[in-house]
Order: sequence, then structure tokens, then C-alpha cells
Amino acid sequence: MATPKSRPRDGYPGRALALILVVTVALVALMFGTGHRTPRLGIDLAGGTSITLTASSKDKNAINQSNMDIAVGIIQKRVNAFGVSEAEVQTQGNNNIIVNIPKGTNSQQAAEQVGTTAKLYFRPVLALAPTGVQVPPASPSANPSGSASPSGSASPSGSASPSASGSASASAGGSASPSASATKAGRAVSDALKAADPSAAATGSGSAAPSAAASGSAAASAPALPPVPTTPTEGTVPPELQQQFAALDCSQAGQRQDYQTDETKNAVACSYDAEQKIWYKFALGPVAVKGADVSKAQAGYDTQRAQGWEVQLTFNDKGSKDFATTTGTLAGMQAPANQFAIVLDGKVVSHPYVQQSITGGNAVISGSFTQEQASSLANVLSYGALPLDFTKSDVTTVSAALGGDQLHAGLLAGAIGLALVVLYSLVYYRGLGLVSIAGLVVSAILTYSIMTLLGASIGFALDLPAVCGAIVAIGITADSFIVYFERIRDEVREGAQLRPAVQRAWPRARRTILVSDFVSFLCAAVLYVVSVGKVQGFAFTLGLTTLLDVVVIFLFTKPLITLLARRKFFANGHPWSGLDPKRLGARPPLRSSRRRSTTSAAVKEA
Amino acid sequence: MSRFSNLGHRLYQGEVSFDFVGRRKLWYSISGVIALVAIVGLSTVGLHLGIEFKGGSVYTVAKPGLTVSQAQDDINKIIGDSTSQVQSTGDGKIRIQVSAQEKASSDAVVKQLSSDLDVPAANIDAQVVGPSWGHEISQKALLGLVIFMVLVTAYLAIAFEWRMALAALVALIHDLVITIGVYAVVGFEVSPGTVIGFLTILGYSLYDTVVVFDTVKENTKDLEKQNKRTYSEAANAGLNQTLVRSLNTTVVALLPVAALLFIGGGLLGAGTLNDISLALFIGLSAGAYSSICVATPLLAQLKEQTPQMRALAKRVAQRRAADAKAAAAVGSTADAVEEQADEAVEDSVAAAGMVGQRNQPVSRARGKGRPSGKR
Repeated sequence: MATPKSRPRDGYPGRALALILVVTVALVALMFGTGHRTPRLGIDLAGGTSITLTASSKDKNAINQSNMDIAVGIIQKRVNAFGVSEAEVQTQGNNNIIVNIPKGTNSQQAAEQVGTTAKLYFRPVLALAPTGVQVPPASPSANPSGSASPSGSASPSGSASPSASGSASASAGGSASPSASATKAGRAVSDALKAADPSAAATGSGSAAPSAAASGSAAASAPALPPVPTTPTEGTVPPELQQQFAALDCSQAGQRQDYQTDETKNAVACSYDAEQKIWYKFALGPVAVKGADVSKAQAGYDTQRAQGWEVQLTFNDKGSKDFATTTGTLAGMQAPANQFAIVLDGKVVSHPYVQQSITGGNAVISGSFTQEQASSLANVLSYGALPLDFTKSDVTTVSAALGGDQLHAGLLAGAIGLALVVLYSLVYYRGLGLVSIAGLVVSAILTYSIMTLLGASIGFALDLPAVCGAIVAIGITADSFIVYFERIRDEVREGAQLRPAVQRAWPRARRTILVSDFVSFLCAAVLYVVSVGKVQGFAFTLGLTTLLDVVVIFLFTKPLITLLARRKFFANGHPWSGLDPKRLGARPPLRSSRRRSTTSAAVKEA
Repeated sequence: MSRFSNLGHRLYQGEVSFDFVGRRKLWYSISGVIALVAIVGLSTVGLHLGIEFKGGSVYTVAKPGLTVSQAQDDINKIIGDSTSQVQSTGDGKIRIQVSAQEKASSDAVVKQLSSDLDVPAANIDAQVVGPSWGHEISQKALLGLVIFMVLVTAYLAIAFEWRMALAALVALIHDLVITIGVYAVVGFEVSPGTVIGFLTILGYSLYDTVVVFDTVKENTKDLEKQNKRTYSEAANAGLNQTLVRSLNTTVVALLPVAALLFIGGGLLGAGTLNDISLALFIGLSAGAYSSICVATPLLAQLKEQTPQMRALAKRVAQRRAADAKAAAAVGSTADAVEEQADEAVEDSVAAAGMVGQRNQPVSRARGKGRPSGKR
């Protein structure tokens, strides 16, 4: 510390104190001025749902920053689409996305959506069969044919649906009653658009009918019985899938996983029919259209046919082309191969059948949707094209009440910890203890106001581990005082007067404090950068308080002690000052005659 | 209290001195035994991993008067078997842990619990974790640990010297092994909170060690220019001087952690607060012990291997032999006794822990003992 000659030996403690006072007051004023008086609480304290999604991919390189950013954007949109305000979506570490949804409207629904939604494909259906129920071996082929009669009613519904596409074309009239059976037939009936050709639709629907019947018949034919469909596998399972298809039992939760490993190959999938309460399994062709090519999907109410809620899709150029080609092919197929499965996370959410090539980039999925179901499917379709697979690694739902309990316990623990430290320093350091208490108070005010302001500016949220970090930091802050105090006392023991002792102790204490605080800060910084989840909040708090510790000891404690050393109470070593040379066992200076011997010199010899 | 602060000054003056460095074999064997128990415990019993590592869900139900058996009956009914763990958390809440094998969706369970137990769904907290989450956190923690160790070792090697960095690193690993060992042997549950606790030990353990090393470094600065004491003795003196400080810093660090452990944990039962503070409490205690009894003795041992320090040790030994001879030859005269009193104080700082050295009139002997007899 090269100091100009004019400067007093112990610097200008008043200036440093004034500086930190101004800073503290400014921060507190800013806090009140901006109206953010409490730190933003994390989900685990405020209540809400916190979801940690972990990306996984066959291709390790696919998990990169840009893909993660895309996923965050998509999830963000999706969560917000549910009207959840202040939902927080951010990446953590290399391959995690944290979604924090505060307690509120739709949080539950949003939480489900965020997690369940990852990848969306349109795949042609090759075959389907009910699963998880005893399929009577002797189910005659007559049965499906029996279902042909409901199919008769289904087919007009096919012709009806083109009208849904918006062109108020003729066929709307006949649609109303048959549509009921169509909706019953499955979740959805998709259909053609703008230039819909009613006559083509009529013929197309003719061929499509059995497929609708397939599921419809089950419900219709055996309503009294437990829902045991008697239909065997429909369609042709490709040879390479046969074994897998036969073995798949979708009623077993463990088997309902994502089998969509390769977009260019056939795959199997499960689907739940909520109306019949049974599971279906599907054999699906290669991906025809990717969810990424859906540019827009929205839920709309079909006013024309009063058929209920539906989902209107718009594709981008590539999607339109693929969709037109595929629907063209599918339309000519025999049921069930004329269906288009919408596969989400390996699960078939809807499998509308196709009546003709759908060009123009628009399509409608209709069915017996409630408004909620329709908007949720639309939401999934619009934002469903995540570039990566995500698994929910951690989902925590905390009610505000319980979070509040934890916060209270944490604060109580902090208060008691603080009280114990205060008590200990008062008993051990007496007058100096007051200085350390003042330092702790300044530190606490700074920590609190900075946390509050960070909450408002960068969205720092105080979670439970962060509270822990703050409590633990009481110890770190007090440590620095102890290091300095002990140095001063060492000097006093050596026989120095208090004022020079305070000055001489400082450079040595400063070095120790800086080195050890650097180690603490390094630890916090490394943890913050590398870690995930709860660890990060903790590391952040620890790092912040370590920095503040340095600020407080340099700008507050040291100047304050310098000032106090000029006061008689301390300088003369009053027994309650904590710097009583007698009590410290100071001895007269022996080696250096330059040091003036203190009043207590004689005491030691006695 | 006054006796304690008195101890502080007596330690500082060297009137009371604990020979930490000299008894290093004792400390090493104590640490060795603890570490061995820890490793055996770790390899035989293993860690009791929390739900974050196994996967599953935890439901916390807040309802006054709800008993564990009621909750157990109900959850058994909901999931259809009796594999779930139900416990009371100590604050009147019931904690239900369901393993990942149960595929019942958490919403369904919450709904069912809510209606069966007549609790508003808002009073039920649910946590669902995948089986890999704990490993994910641990892996990141381990990565952080390795990066931190490399960086801090490099830093200490530059700020101090490589031997200190090495000794600090050994002490750090020692603390971690002991803490993890305690977890294995006692069977505390390891959760991500525990991992946070482990990680914090890193910073703290080194903090403590750094404070001690700083004094040791200062005490041994111009060591080669004298021949009164060896490195080990100087290091031990530094250790004793900072003993009160080390104890104080440890006590002050432990107080909030203890509050967290006993008050926070006692009120809430199992939870993040408890997990972090338990690991910290064990780790901090181990850290205080290791910085005094492992890091510094090890440092002294490493330093004594260097040629300079060996030479110093030799010179000190020679000098002491000479002193002893001189003392025996001369005996004590009246004025020697008076001077001795002064010298003793000074010397006792120098040769802290070397009881028996105090009574040798060092500087006087230097003159008298000189064979050439220049006077």
C-alpha cells in the first residue's frame, strides 16, 4: 500500500465507511424505488411446479447449444400458450432444461404438456390391433364385415368433413347425423380442404368406411360386455415388425415407450382410446411428414356442422408437398392403411383416415374434442417439433403452503445461527464482537437487497438451497472478522499499541482473507458453471456472499476498526473492548527497543 | 471464558504448545483407521441412495391428525401393493415414497390421496424423479469437483508452493472420504442436497487449510537464515498460534450449520435443509481436524525432504548438541539465570513444543561455548 506522504498513516477510514454507507443506502433505495421489496422466490418456496427435462439423443452431437435453445424456445411458447404467466424456461448445464411454472391457472395442464411433448411425426398406418385384452382366437372374419353397416353411416361423415375445411360447399347438409358415428369411430377424421371434391370424397369414404367401423364396431357391437373387441389385427403387419408387433402389449405401462428410433423405418406404437377405454397397437410406416413442418395449428370450432372442436393445421412448403403426396397415396389404400397416424412421443394421439390427396397445405383434424383437448392438441402440433428427445428427470410440485413452511424453517434456522454467531463473538471478542455484528448486519442488508434486485433484473430466484447457502455464508463472513481480529490481538500480544497494531495486522489479515475467499469463490464459480438443478442456486448464493464478504471487510470492518482504535475505550484496552492487553497476555517488547513498551509491560513480568 | 482466552495467549507465546506435527504418526493412523472404516463401509454397506438415484415419487401430505398407518393403508390401496414407504416427517406431515416401478401417474395418486384422505390437493406436494437424475447431478458434481481440484491446486501452488497445494489436496480428499464414509456406515440417505453439502466442504476445508498455511508460510519465511528450529517446529509453532483462530472459525462456521441441522431439520424432517446441513456438519468437523492434523504435518514431512530443510535440521541438531554440552559444562550463574528468563520467552516461541529447550541460555551459551574462546 504505497501511500502518499500527506495521507495519514491509517488512511481515511471515514471515506470508505461513507462509500459503503452510500452504496448500501442506494441499493436499499433502489429496492424500494423499483417496488421489489422481497427476493423472487423459487418454485420450491413459492409453490408451483418445477420440471427438469434432460435431453437425450442417439447422436451425441445433436445435443448442442443451438438445439437446446430451439427446444427452450419451443417449450417456452408451449407453456405460455396455456396462459401461464411468468413461467421460466432455461437451460442448465449441457443437456437440461428447467421449466418452472408458478402456482396458478393451468399450471397442472402446462406441466403435463411440457413433459409429454417432444417429437411429432405423421406416419402412415400399416396395421392396428387392440392390445392388452384377450382376443378370442376364433373371431370370425364376419365380425368386421358386420361392422360394415356402421361403416355405411360413417362414409357420409367423410363427405361431410370436406365442408369443414371452410369452403361452404354443398355436402354440408347430410353430415350432421353420421358425423356422430364418425366421431365415435376414433378420435378424429381428418380431411381435405379448399378444393375439396365431394364426389371424390364420397368414393374415398366408401373405402375408408371399414376403418372407421373397425373401432366403431367394437363399441357398438359389445356395449354391455367389458370392452373386449373381437377384431383381430387389421391390415398387414410388415414382416420385420411382426414379432415386435405380436409381443407388444400396450396395456403394460412398461411397454408403452417410444419405438420411433429411425424415421425412415417402420415402427410400432401404442394408442389409448379414451372412449372404449382400451389400448391399441399400431404398425406404422416410415415418417411421411415431420412435426417440424407444421407451421401452424389452432383449435377452432366447427360452426358449419356444429360438429364440435377441431384442429386446423397449416404446413410449410415442404410439409404441404409431403402431406399432399402422402395423402394422395393413402387415399387409394384399403383400410386401415388409409389412415394417417399422428405420433407424439412414440404414442399415437390421433389416426384420422384420408379420403383424398390433401393439397394446399391445410388440413383439419376433427373429432369428439372438447375445447381443451382441441387446443391442447393444436398446441402440441404447433410446437411439437422439438429437435431432441427429452425425459422428465425431476418433477416437483410444491404447494405455496408447504414451501412457506420450509422458508420459515430456513429463516428461523438462519436467525438462530446468526444469533449464535453474534453471541459467540460477543462473549469471545466483547467490544470487537460489536464490530463483527455490525459487519454481519451490513453484509445481510447488502445480500438481501442485491438478491432482490437480481430477482427483478436477471430473474434470480431464491430457492431452498440458496437459503442454505446464505445461512452457511454467515460462517464465511464471520471467519474473515476472526482472521482480522486475531491478527490484531497477535499484534497487541506482541506489545504494540492498538493503533499501530490495527495497521500492522491489516496487510497480513488481508492476504489471508483474500486467499481463502478466493478459494471459496473459485469453488462457488466452478459449481455454478458445471452443476445442474439445486446445486446452482446454492453456488450462486455462496459466490455472491463471498464477494460481499470481501467488500464488507475492506470497506466496512477495517475502516470501522481504524476509527474505533482512536477511541479511548479500545485504545486503552478496556476489559470489555476485547483488546485488553493484560487479558491478551501482552509482553513487553524485547527484541526491539524502538517499540514503545506498553503500560501492560510490567504486568506480564509480575 | 477467561481461561480460554488465556489459553489463546499462552498458545501464542508458546507457553502451551501441542505438538501436532511431531505426533503425525498418531494423526496419520487415526485418519488411516477412519478412512479404512469409511472405505470398508462404502464397499460393503454402500451408500443409501435417495429417491433421486432410484427414481420414483414422493408425496408430502399436510393434514393434522393423519397417521402413518392411515396413509400407508391408503397408498397401498392406490398403487395396489405395499412397497411404498410411509413416514412421518416430524412436523405433522406424512411423507410417502413410491418407487419408480409403480407406474401410477402422480396426478392420479395426488387426486386419489386427496379424496381418500380428505385433504385439499393443494396440501399435497408431489415430486417425481427419473432414476438418472441423481446420477446426473452427481456426475456434474464430480466433474465440478475435478475441475475445482485442478484449479485450486494450481492456484495454491502459485500462491504458496506445490507442497502446500499437495498437502491441502490430500486433506481435502481425506475430508471427502471421511464424510462419505460416515454416510455409508451410518446409513444416512444421499440426496442431491447431500451432494451440495459435499461440494461445499471443498471450499470450507480448503478455506481452513489456507488460513493455517498462511501462518505457517509466514512463520517459516526466513527459516534458513537461522539454526534454532527446524521446519517442523516452525510449522508447529504457526499451527499453535493459529489454533485459537482455527477453532473460532470452525465454531463460527459450525454454529449456523448446526442451527440449520437441528432447527431446520428438526422442524421439517427429511428435506433439502437437513441433507445439506448434515453433510456440512460432518465435513466441516473433518475439515477442521484435517487442516491441523493432516495437512500441516504432511506439509512438514514433505518440506523436511528438501535438501535445504535437511541441512537446516542438521544444523539445528548440531547446535542443540553444542548447547547441551555447554550448558552442562557451565552450569548456571546468578546473572545467567536472570538473562535466561528473558531469553526463555523468546526462545519458547521459537522452539514451541520442544519442552526442555526453554531452560537453555541460548545466547549466553553461544559466547561461552565457543571453543576458540574469543573473549
